[in-house]
Amino acid sequence: MIGKPLPMANKQTARSSLWKRIVRNKWVYMLFLPAFLYFVIFAFVPFYWIQIAFKDFKIFLGVNASEWVGLKHFKTIFADPMTGRLIFNTLRISLANIVFGFPVPIIFALLLNEVVGRRYKRLVQTVSYFPHFLSWVVYAGVVFAIVGPKGALNSLISLLGGKPASFITDPGLFIPVIVVSGILKGFGWGAIIYLAGISGIDPILYEAACIDGAGRWKQMWHVTLPGIRPFIGLNLCMAVAGILNASFDQVFMFLNNSNKTVGEVISTYVYKMGMLSNKYEYSTAVGLLQGVVSTLLLVSANALSKRLGEKSLW
Amino acid sequence: MVTRDEKTQKKRDLDFSTTSYLNRASLPVRVFIYSFIAALCLVCLLPFINILAVSLSQAQAINKNPRMLFPEQITIEAYKYIFNTRTLLNSFGITVFATVVGTLFNLLVTTMGAYAVSKKNVPGQKIMMWIVIIPMLIGAGLIPTYLLYNELKLIDSVWVLVVSGLVAPFNLILMRNFFWSIPDSINESAEIDGAGDLTIFFRIVLPLSKSVLATVGLFYAVGHWNDYFTGLYFINSNDKWPLQVMLKSIIIDFNMAGMGSIGGGVSTVDVSRLVLQPENIRAATIIFSIVPILVLYPFLQKYFVKGVIVGSVKG
Repeated sequence: MIGKPLPMANKQTARSSLWKRIVRNKWVYMLFLPAFLYFVIFAFVPFYWIQIAFKDFKIFLGVNASEWVGLKHFKTIFADPMTGRLIFNTLRISLANIVFGFPVPIIFALLLNEVVGRRYKRLVQTVSYFPHFLSWVVYAGVVFAIVGPKGALNSLISLLGGKPASFITDPGLFIPVIVVSGILKGFGWGAIIYLAGISGIDPILYEAACIDGAGRWKQMWHVTLPGIRPFIGLNLCMAVAGILNASFDQVFMFLNNSNKTVGEVISTYVYKMGMLSNKYEYSTAVGLLQGVVSTLLLVSANALSKRLGEKSLW
Repeated sequence: MVTRDEKTQKKRDLDFSTTSYLNRASLPVRVFIYSFIAALCLVCLLPFINILAVSLSQAQAINKNPRMLFPEQITIEAYKYIFNTRTLLNSFGITVFATVVGTLFNLLVTTMGAYAVSKKNVPGQKIMMWIVIIPMLIGAGLIPTYLLYNELKLIDSVWVLVVSGLVAPFNLILMRNFFWSIPDSINESAEIDGAGDLTIFFRIVLPLSKSVLATVGLFYAVGHWNDYFTGLYFINSNDKWPLQVMLKSIIIDFNMAGMGSIGGGVSTVDVSRLVLQPENIRAATIIFSIVPILVLYPFLQKYFVKGVIVGSVKG
């Protein structure tokens, strides 16, 4: 009988104490306010314009007055033979990067771990990290200067009796150039995370492996590699999640009219259509599809990483 | 007091120089590993040396021996040329502005936001965190962003280089993780002394956070310095181009028309006597753009590595 009114009272005190806690933390909210405004305006408000993917956008009418056309633009996308080409190119470049590029930092970290001399190790790190700090504009410029028609590489090839190749324009050489230059720019930097992982492995594990008669090769296979597995897993998830991006920053620099049959990817085409040809609706619709698929990939990759007991992104 | 031992230990943590194996690999294996790594580093390094040599050589020498590692027929004409054309220096100035002003705003807003989401027992803390995380997962895309900037009159304004990307969620989370690592006891004792959130933030947390501020500040600064796409998408006038957009036009599109003319008179001049040609101008431009990064490189390396480790340690 007497118990009935109590929950009410509890609720009221709970509410008033919640209010009190909010007031007590007012400065915390004030500190968050600038970041809040930034994210709302620059990350959330743009979603308002997503509607032009479903409209015939007339720039002089504005977004609101433009006519709804339903899925018209999406139908155009799926009927367009270019779409298949773009998806194929995107996936091919991403897969080539993952298959050939992904293992390199891991192997490099394992090799560097064998190096005992401190000076040598530091020197190697200093040299191999450096390209990471350059933009893709500058690094692609470096690559072009070396592999261009009047560059050092072709001169070296003729010296060795080979036939000079047109690395910049030959479509058959596009993916090798992308993969190799991507590896050279990123392998040193990519190894840091694995080196940190290796240095966090408990030395007792190596002792135990040694006592059990494991040689160096087996120690690497059974102790070092499992020790950095969480990092490998997380990075692989990230790479798979970014598969539709196909290292856009890099591809954009290497793309030209001669190699666009193999080099044109979704993101570069979205840019060309939207910004250069003013096909706003098409560009927004493709961007929307790409964004949704990428987000699904990222969220499920992160969930998978968590499920397998590995690391989470946030 | 930081002792010498702790200092060297810290250094060792950053270059991972403690090796975990008990026994060394056999000599042939070690020789192979050392030379393989050395070869890899040479492949990384030699292009830069070649480009430096080309930038200091005359056209004739470059045509004769493009794979040079030392300058031949030394000249600094290429550097004189790029410094005489105002376009490159103008872009350089715009990027310096965007980097300095942008990084200050980035740090201010990110640090405040990170401190706010690091506080536990604040109602709505989860919501604040999601406001940070969602933009990391999905963006509205290029055209909607363009149309927003158009409404905000940011198109073709140098301020777009400052404002876009004001807070990088990754950096905010990195800072939050760092704030979490500050022992609660420090906060609690300050609270008992009657310090409010603002006092704690400015007087206690910030002074303890110098190294993470340096790390995140350098992340942002290098981001501004290397930012190409903001300029490409949102800035139309050549005279407002940031450095990377100008560099793309010079070193990748080989478009030196904007820099003055070297092609104009070529047909009337004996080409073999020409000192300048696109190759050494491009090389000089590349070296010019690398030098600022090179000067700061010791700091960059140290703090970036720290950042990667802090970012990876959390569970």
